[in-house]
Amino acid sequence: MAAFVIRRLLWLPILLFFVSLITFALGVYGPGDPIKVLLGIRANPETIERLRHEYGFDQPFHIQYLRYVANALQGNFGYSLVKYRDQPVGGLIAHALPVTIQLNLVAIFLGLGIGVPLGLLAGLKRDTWIDLLIRGLVIAGISLPIIFLNPVLTFIFSRRHDIVLTAANLRFSIGPLLPMVQGYWDGIFSAKVILPAFIESLGIIAVMTRQMRAGMIEVLSEDYIRTARAKGLRERVVIVRHAMRNALIPIATILGLMMGGLVAGSFLVENWFGVPGVGALAFDALFSRDYYITMALVLLIAVAYVLSNLLVDLTYGLLDPRIRKA
Amino acid sequence: MATLAASLPTQTRARSPQMWLLRRILTNPPAALGALVILLMLFAAIFAPLIAPYPYDQQNLDYIEKGPSAAHWFGTDGLGRDMFSRIVWGARSAVFVIVMVTAVSLALGVPLGAIAGYFGGWADTIIMRAADILFAFPGMLFVFFIAATIKPGIINWAREIGLSDLARTGYLDYAVVIIALGVIGWAGLARMIRAQVMTIKEREFVIGARATGVPAWRVILRHILPNAITPIIVAMSMGLGDIALSEGYLSFLGIGLQPPAPSWGNIIAENAGRYWRRFPEMIWLVFIPGLVLAAIVFAFNFFGDGLNEALNPEIVD
Repeated sequence: MAAFVIRRLLWLPILLFFVSLITFALGVYGPGDPIKVLLGIRANPETIERLRHEYGFDQPFHIQYLRYVANALQGNFGYSLVKYRDQPVGGLIAHALPVTIQLNLVAIFLGLGIGVPLGLLAGLKRDTWIDLLIRGLVIAGISLPIIFLNPVLTFIFSRRHDIVLTAANLRFSIGPLLPMVQGYWDGIFSAKVILPAFIESLGIIAVMTRQMRAGMIEVLSEDYIRTARAKGLRERVVIVRHAMRNALIPIATILGLMMGGLVAGSFLVENWFGVPGVGALAFDALFSRDYYITMALVLLIAVAYVLSNLLVDLTYGLLDPRIRKA
Repeated sequence: MATLAASLPTQTRARSPQMWLLRRILTNPPAALGALVILLMLFAAIFAPLIAPYPYDQQNLDYIEKGPSAAHWFGTDGLGRDMFSRIVWGARSAVFVIVMVTAVSLALGVPLGAIAGYFGGWADTIIMRAADILFAFPGMLFVFFIAATIKPGIINWAREIGLSDLARTGYLDYAVVIIALGVIGWAGLARMIRAQVMTIKEREFVIGARATGVPAWRVILRHILPNAITPIIVAMSMGLGDIALSEGYLSFLGIGLQPPAPSWGNIIAENAGRYWRRFPEMIWLVFIPGLVLAAIVFAFNFFGDGLNEALNPEIVD
């Protein structure tokens, strides 16, 4: 077991080295010169040269990279070059991260709350029309592109369209929705969180429903369920106490795996709804060539992913001795 | 296994495996529906010039933002272009990207996965660690990052080798999308192939072939890969919808196919931001391309599910 842990931990810095190298190369050789973006098209060449020197962009690639890594190890991920000019990237991320994590937690909560009961029902009513309907709805949910859901759901739930909603007999008024403006975010206890969180939860609902359905079907064929029924327990007790509990175990594992994804904000959702999270920050940075921000975010998400995978692998290793030898 | 035995045709009439598979797909309603939608898309893609009543970029400024009518089935957009024609041509873009991305992923993933699984050792370590590194990158953000990065490079390169005409057309945008998605796509495929090859190479017929002196490449090509193909086809068929979706997202963000090139993603992009406040009277401009894209993803999901049930019956029971 110790060897397994050590091998995995030794691989971690190598992996991070390559991830940071690729990210840095993409940033440096990427499109657009941030200095030119900063100064505009009519900038004078001398100023450009001076700023290039000031920011160290005139140094060879490996020097730039080593300096970036040295700074990053000390917690300095560079400065915003464009939109939030000269603000440290670390601070920008520290502001955006809690927002994204909160939004993702709401999405996971919705995903569990909707997906688990749906999966339970589908598993119990296996191969009936209820099962088919639930599975169809879930696949439909993950098939609808976010770029389609954003405008359409905004329209449906927007107060501006009360007339339409009345006509359709749908009176959902969940607050003034103003997508694509700053300051949309009011925290997770505001009604404004529902739409972005729901759109982000569709994928989670699909995973949870599938897993719960498969789990129920598997568990219900176990001997101990037959025993419980033979003992004369009421069906409700058999389902809730015996079957459901065991079907929920893999759900816990999936939740563990999702923790790594908590820090990755959805680009398209956050940008559309104006949620000031990691996804919106990455979106801005990518399109304004603010590459220190993009690099730091890619690194952050990669580290979170690797660490959560390591954690899951280690718990598996503890639970299942066969994996340790592999 | 009970359903498999029951569903197998009676032993007296021999059927080819292809016919058997076709039968299983056609008797599974969601999968058959998926197959129908996929065939429709292929048909639209191949015969786009014959089906589309107008050129995809023809503007009619006297007839803008009009709802669906007999002359314009899906209405016209803000520049007076016929939406039905743009959507039919969009199918060609989507199919082309799906086919090419799959080809790139296969060309990289199959040999790398097979080498890693068959030879093991250093080759395995290097290839699989490279795949690990790719997996560590945050999915779509990385694709956007790559696409945004390589785009100017590819256009400059085309100019340098004297293809400035090509650089002016939209064709290089396809290359950007295909490279960005293909670079990511091979890793998952290589992992699957490797796992398959590792189990199959221990089987008796492979050991037998090696013992009789068949060279390694021939063992891999003729003995191992044909037996490894089934789970890979299933996994890939489910991924095809995601490729179409990724192309849609890239084009939506303006780093994929650029207007006037027809792509469902950029049709939504052109219309969603501009018109959502004028819903419902303008809703067809977003609804139709959105539903078409959704239908394709839906179809591949259903079809892949059906293929999975048909080819891996043990998973169902």
